[in-house]
Amino acid sequence: MENTTVKRGRAARLFAVMATTALSLGVLLMAGPATADTVNDEMPYKVSGNVQNNGAPLAGVSINVSGNGINADVLTDAEGKWKVGVSEKNAAYTVTLDESTLPDGVVVVDNPETADIVEGAVMEVQVGPGGRVTMNYFIGKGERVVTSMVDQVVQRLISGVNFGLMLALAAIGMSLIYGTTGISNFAHAEMVTFGALGAFVLSELGAPIWLAIIAAIVLSGLFGWGLDAAIWAPLRRRNTGLVQLMIVSIGLSLAVRYTYQLFIGGGTEQLPGADSPKIKLFGSVALSWIDMASMAISILLIAAFAWWLMFTRMGKATRAISDNPGLAAASGINVDSVVRVVWIVGATLAGFSGILWAYFRPGIRWDMGGQILLLMFAATTLGGLGTAWGALVGSLIVGVLVEASTLVIPSDLKYVGALVILIVILLFRPQGILGRKERIG
Amino acid sequence: MDFLGILNSTAGFILAPVTIAYALAALGLAVHFGFAGLLNMGMAGFMALGAYGYAIGILSFGLPWYLAALVGLGAAVIFALILGIPTLRLRGDYLAIVTIASAEILRLLFLTKVFDEYTGSADGLFSYNGEFQESNPIPAGTYGFPPFEDTAAMWWVRIVGIIILAVATFAVWRLVNSPWGRVLKGIREDEDAIRSLGKNVFTYKMQALIIGGVLGAMGGLVLAMSSNVNQGQYVTSLTFFIWTALLLGGAATVFGPLVGSLIFWVLQAFLGLLFPALAEQGLLFGLSSIQAAQIKFIIVGVALVLIVVFRPQGIFGNKKELTFVR
Repeated sequence: MENTTVKRGRAARLFAVMATTALSLGVLLMAGPATADTVNDEMPYKVSGNVQNNGAPLAGVSINVSGNGINADVLTDAEGKWKVGVSEKNAAYTVTLDESTLPDGVVVVDNPETADIVEGAVMEVQVGPGGRVTMNYFIGKGERVVTSMVDQVVQRLISGVNFGLMLALAAIGMSLIYGTTGISNFAHAEMVTFGALGAFVLSELGAPIWLAIIAAIVLSGLFGWGLDAAIWAPLRRRNTGLVQLMIVSIGLSLAVRYTYQLFIGGGTEQLPGADSPKIKLFGSVALSWIDMASMAISILLIAAFAWWLMFTRMGKATRAISDNPGLAAASGINVDSVVRVVWIVGATLAGFSGILWAYFRPGIRWDMGGQILLLMFAATTLGGLGTAWGALVGSLIVGVLVEASTLVIPSDLKYVGALVILIVILLFRPQGILGRKERIG
Repeated sequence: MDFLGILNSTAGFILAPVTIAYALAALGLAVHFGFAGLLNMGMAGFMALGAYGYAIGILSFGLPWYLAALVGLGAAVIFALILGIPTLRLRGDYLAIVTIASAEILRLLFLTKVFDEYTGSADGLFSYNGEFQESNPIPAGTYGFPPFEDTAAMWWVRIVGIIILAVATFAVWRLVNSPWGRVLKGIREDEDAIRSLGKNVFTYKMQALIIGGVLGAMGGLVLAMSSNVNQGQYVTSLTFFIWTALLLGGAATVFGPLVGSLIFWVLQAFLGLLFPALAEQGLLFGLSSIQAAQIKFIIVGVALVLIVVFRPQGIFGNKKELTFVR
């Protein structure tokens, strides 16, 4: 047998090759005439392939070809071959391998060379001008993830709580800023990105990651102070209208976002430790230590923030201003300095949230904050604009909803669910879950 | 550095389809925000509906191009209704958040693999303009003089775009100077006062939302006619850019959005060519020309801040008719 030729590179990944002439010749000698299992033979153009695991043909694997009016199922024959006739050339088709029909212990693995794989077993092929195309599936040893529904739900819930806590760190600051200043802060997304970028830049400069993260959080606070001193405080003194302030935050968001892109480019960078392995906890629930640390620190930070808001003088002043700025000012609270502290606290929390988001995504991009900006808005609105606890509750709901919804809807629609909920809640309870009615005018 | 070449390419944007598209969308936004006071942050969604409605109408339903264009505009009307019913009763910033979320929902629905058959998901839609170009009365060839030199196909897009823009501008000008427009401006200034006069504020706002939305869809239509359709064009930034163009010209004016879009695109094109050229000459502190191309977006953001703070009425606006009512 000549199937030694099919072993390519990667130790763990075995290349299952289709329609390699040398190989088919070898198989042909053993198995007689090679007639691939064929469907729609009367059609003029062909999509074909050959499913093998390290040279051993896999028979009875179900393959579906769809697109351009074709939707055909075919089983591989004894030599692992299949062929489907299609009506159009110069057209794209989707080929899906049903992984449950593969033998135990092997799965379709990602093709390392091509990027057009959607979910491993699903591939897009283009039938070119020649009217024929051959498909390669990469089959390798691996556990097919056969997870029970309960485990899946638990895994999604944990992941959702993790995401929700991360979102809450950003949303609480956003909500606090809204409560004290009335600004719907679109630039909050950039404050989130700032933390992640800061940690990345510092760790690139050689700082150990724990130091880089702490320094990045401190820098985030300084960033918030700087924004307030340079932009928001002067605008407060000018008595600028709320709509104007909102548009200023949009302009600021654009300027800062593209400044990030100017410096780090359009690619994705990784923080150290982003690829840490997952540890099995129970059932098939697995979390990396970063996931666990992320949740623990989020909870600690939120608890510390809660203590600050409920029991310190500054926290009480903040709540008083949220409640009634005029009355707070009249009773001797220095509104300007409290608002400055709110910006610093908001930016610090947002910066930390950005670092967690960089691990959760995973990756750092110039527009990573913008990707969750609308979810933050959804969370704050859902919980009740301007209320800190509302933002926490809203974030947890949004986080769990986004992650759990992938169980029933395609994952590329997972953010849609949260945004739809946002609109629906405005229909029935516009003040949000914890908001008060007079806030909506 | 080829400075004349840069000026030449820049001048080409005066008549570019994208400028016309921005002008239409900014005009729609003027109706929403400038005249009715509606804080619509979802203009990109209306534009996407115009573009996708047109392309899907032709590709999936085999409609003639003018009917497909109507599908896009009709979709915008339906979107405005769905958006307006729950949100028009809410305060301004709620409307902003809901509209921005709705536009993003639309974009994600165009992006998802689920409707790939109709929307082309991440690849978008293309080669649907054949029939539109068959209706082109201009014989094939290249017309005009530099910098306004282009093929017959692109001239046809421009002519149709300019006709749509002219009709739309005239219609908006008549509308805002009619009794209907005066009520609308009244709602912008003081909703309760207008309500006490017995006007149905909700209906007026809804009509404004629909009219502005259809104008936005026309903008998307012109974009779709000039190139292909891809969800990546209809991101939130597009809405922000159109806001910048609108506020530049003057939100509560009819001609402000047109001039604002013109200035926006001419400056965008000029800076987008100037900075990379400067970078190649090594005049930008060692930035690469790819990095330098980002500077124009930073300038858009800074410009938006400066306009809103220092000249909120825009170039043509009247200070007395400030659109930022508190």
